[in-house]
Amino acid sequence: MTPAAITSYRTPTARGYYGEFGGAFVPEMLFPNVEELRTQYEEILASKSFRTEYEQLLRDYVGRPTPLFEAKRLSEKYNTRIFLKREDLCHTGAHKINNTVGQILLAKRLGKTRIIAETGAGQHGVATATVCALMGMPCVVYMGAVDIERQASNVARMRLLGAEVRTAVSGSQTLKDATNEAIRDWLANPIDTHYIIGSVVGPHPYPDLVARLQSVISEEMRKQLLEKTGSELPDYVVACVGGGSNAAGAFYHFLDEPSVQLVAVEAAGHGIYSGHSAATSVLGTPGIIHGSRTLLMQDADGQITEPYSISAGLDYPGIGPLHAWLGTTGRARFIAITDDEALAGVRECARLEGIISALETAHAIAALGQLGAGPNDVVVVNLSGRGDKDLDTYMKNLDKLI
Amino acid sequence: MNRIQTAFEQKQNLLNIYFTAGYPALADTLPVARALVAAGADMLEIGMPFSDPIADGPVIQHSSTLALANGMNLKTLFGQLGALRTALPDTPVLLMGYLNPVLQFGVENFCREAAAAGVDGVILPDLPVAEYEEEYADTFRRHGLRPVFLITPQTSEARIRHLDSISEAFLYLVSGPGTTGGAGPADTTVQDDYFRRIEAMDLKTPRLIGFGIADKASYQRACVHADGAIIGSALIQALEGASDAPAAAAAFVASIKN
Repeated sequence: MTPAAITSYRTPTARGYYGEFGGAFVPEMLFPNVEELRTQYEEILASKSFRTEYEQLLRDYVGRPTPLFEAKRLSEKYNTRIFLKREDLCHTGAHKINNTVGQILLAKRLGKTRIIAETGAGQHGVATATVCALMGMPCVVYMGAVDIERQASNVARMRLLGAEVRTAVSGSQTLKDATNEAIRDWLANPIDTHYIIGSVVGPHPYPDLVARLQSVISEEMRKQLLEKTGSELPDYVVACVGGGSNAAGAFYHFLDEPSVQLVAVEAAGHGIYSGHSAATSVLGTPGIIHGSRTLLMQDADGQITEPYSISAGLDYPGIGPLHAWLGTTGRARFIAITDDEALAGVRECARLEGIISALETAHAIAALGQLGAGPNDVVVVNLSGRGDKDLDTYMKNLDKLI
Repeated sequence: MNRIQTAFEQKQNLLNIYFTAGYPALADTLPVARALVAAGADMLEIGMPFSDPIADGPVIQHSSTLALANGMNLKTLFGQLGALRTALPDTPVLLMGYLNPVLQFGVENFCREAAAAGVDGVILPDLPVAEYEEEYADTFRRHGLRPVFLITPQTSEARIRHLDSISEAFLYLVSGPGTTGGAGPADTTVQDDYFRRIEAMDLKTPRLIGFGIADKASYQRACVHADGAIIGSALIQALEGASDAPAAAAAFVASIKN
C-alpha cells in the first residue's frame, strides 16, 4: 500500500496489515486462539458493559485521567513549551496497566480462566499480576533470567501480588525469550488461557487491540491540551519505543493529524552501530517475529539477533508493525538515544522537574534537544513510567547521575 | 506421482524422522540422513535451524542453537543436500523450519535450491494458510514442492476440509497441546477421540501424527489412527553427546522399528 492510499493510520486491514507490516504468522496450534480474539475483540471493546467497566476501573483503580503537567524548567532549558503526560502516576507506576485492565476484562468475556504474560522491565508483568489479583485469576509471567536480575524489585512485586514468575533461560534471556516462552505456554494451554501481550506487537489483532487500549493517553492529551493551550493539537508528541505501546497510545489520536509531529525514541545502547543497540528502525529489516511482519534486527540468514539496551523495557529486536509503518511512510520520525544520554535524561528530569523517570522514558526526555522545536511550539512527552524499578541501575551509575 | 505420494501408496505405518541440519556437527546432516534411512526411516524431515523456533520445545531449540553455532545456514544446507538424491534416491525428504529465514533467502531462491537438491516438501508452521495460498502457492507448485499443513485438536472441521483440499503431501496431526518434545498424555482417551474424529472425516490426504511420539509404544499407538508418525525430539536426545552420530541415529530407528 502506498501512503497515498492510506485513509487512516489508525486502522489496520481486516487481516491486520499496516501497509506491508502486520498479519498473523502463527503456528496452527495458535490459530484458533488468535482467530477467537480477532473475531470478537472489536465487538467486546465497543460493548456498553465493557466500556462502563473499563472506564470505571481506569478512573477509580488506575487513577485516570493522569495529569498533563507543564514542565517549566525543562521548557526553559529547551526554549520551547514542554508538557509531561504523567503515566508514571498510574497505579503500578506505568502506562502498562491501561492495557492489562482492558485485556483482563476481555479475557473474562471470552470465558478464560488463566492469564499468561511476558515482561521485560517488569512493568507489564506487575500490571498483569495486579489485574489478575483484582479479578482473582491465576497468573504466570515469563521473564528473562537477565531481566529477573536487573529488575529484582518488580519480580518481588509480581510475587507479592500472587503471580508465578517463570524464568526464560533461552537465547539472550531477555524480553524476546520471555515472549517465546509465553507463546509456548499458550500453545500448551489453548483453551482456558488468555495471553496478555504487553505491547503493540504479536499477531493481529494484538497490535490494534493494545493500541486501542492505550489510546486513552492521547484521548486525554487532546482534552487537556485544549484546556491548557487553547488547542487540542500539540506540535510534537515524543515517546520512547521498545515494542511501542506507550508511543502507540500517545500517538493514536494524533495519527491522522498531519500537523502533529510524532517522534519515536529508540534505545541506541552503546551507540547505534556499536553492536550493542536496540535501534530497530535503523538496524532492522522486514521480517517476522512473534507472529507479525515488521522491522526487526536480524542477520543475513534471517536469524534474529540479540538487541541491547541498559533499559530492560527497550531491548527488543523488533518494533510493533504500526511503528514500522509510521517509520517507513515518514509519518513518525525516529531518534536513537544511547545509554549514557538516557542516564543524562534521568538526571535532567529529576533535577529540573523533581520526577525520577523510568529508564525507558528517559530516552524520550533525552531526545528533547534533537527535536528542533521553537519557542512557540508545544511539545508533549509521554512520561511512560516512574523510575523506582530502576533504582538498582541508577545506584550502579551514580557517577553519571549526581 | 511424487516420492511422498509413492511412499504412502507403497508403505504402511510410515516412520518420519525429524533431525536438525548441522547437528550435532556441521557435516553430520547427510551421514545422519543416510543412517536413518538405512535403519528403516521411511521419510525424513530435515530441520532448518532458527533462532526463535516458537513451536518447538527445548530439545529442538537447543539443537538449533548448536547447529547455528556450528555455522549452519540455508546456503550451507543446500550445498550439503546436493548429494542427497544420489545417496537416497527414493526417500521422501521434507524441509522443516520457520518462515523468516526462508523469506530472507528469498522464497523463489529457496524453492529453486530445494527442488534442485531433490527436496519433496516443506513444513513451515508459522506460514499462514491464507498467505501461502495468495503469495507462495504458485512458486512452491512451480518447483514441485509440496507444503504440509498442521492440524490440532482445536482445528475446525471446515478448516480441516479446506486443508485437505489444498494438500498434496500429508496432514500433520499435532497430537495435542504443547510444543515438540512434550510428554504424551497420561490419559489417552481425549487424544484417541480426536484421532478417531479425524479418521471419521474420510480425508483424501494421508495423515502422520507428531508431537509427543518418542518410542516404539507411542509410535505404534499413532499408527493405529493414522498412516504413521513423526519423531523428532527423542531422536535429537539420542544424538546428544553421541560419539558416532550416524550410529546413534541408526540405533534409535532400530529401537522404534524392530
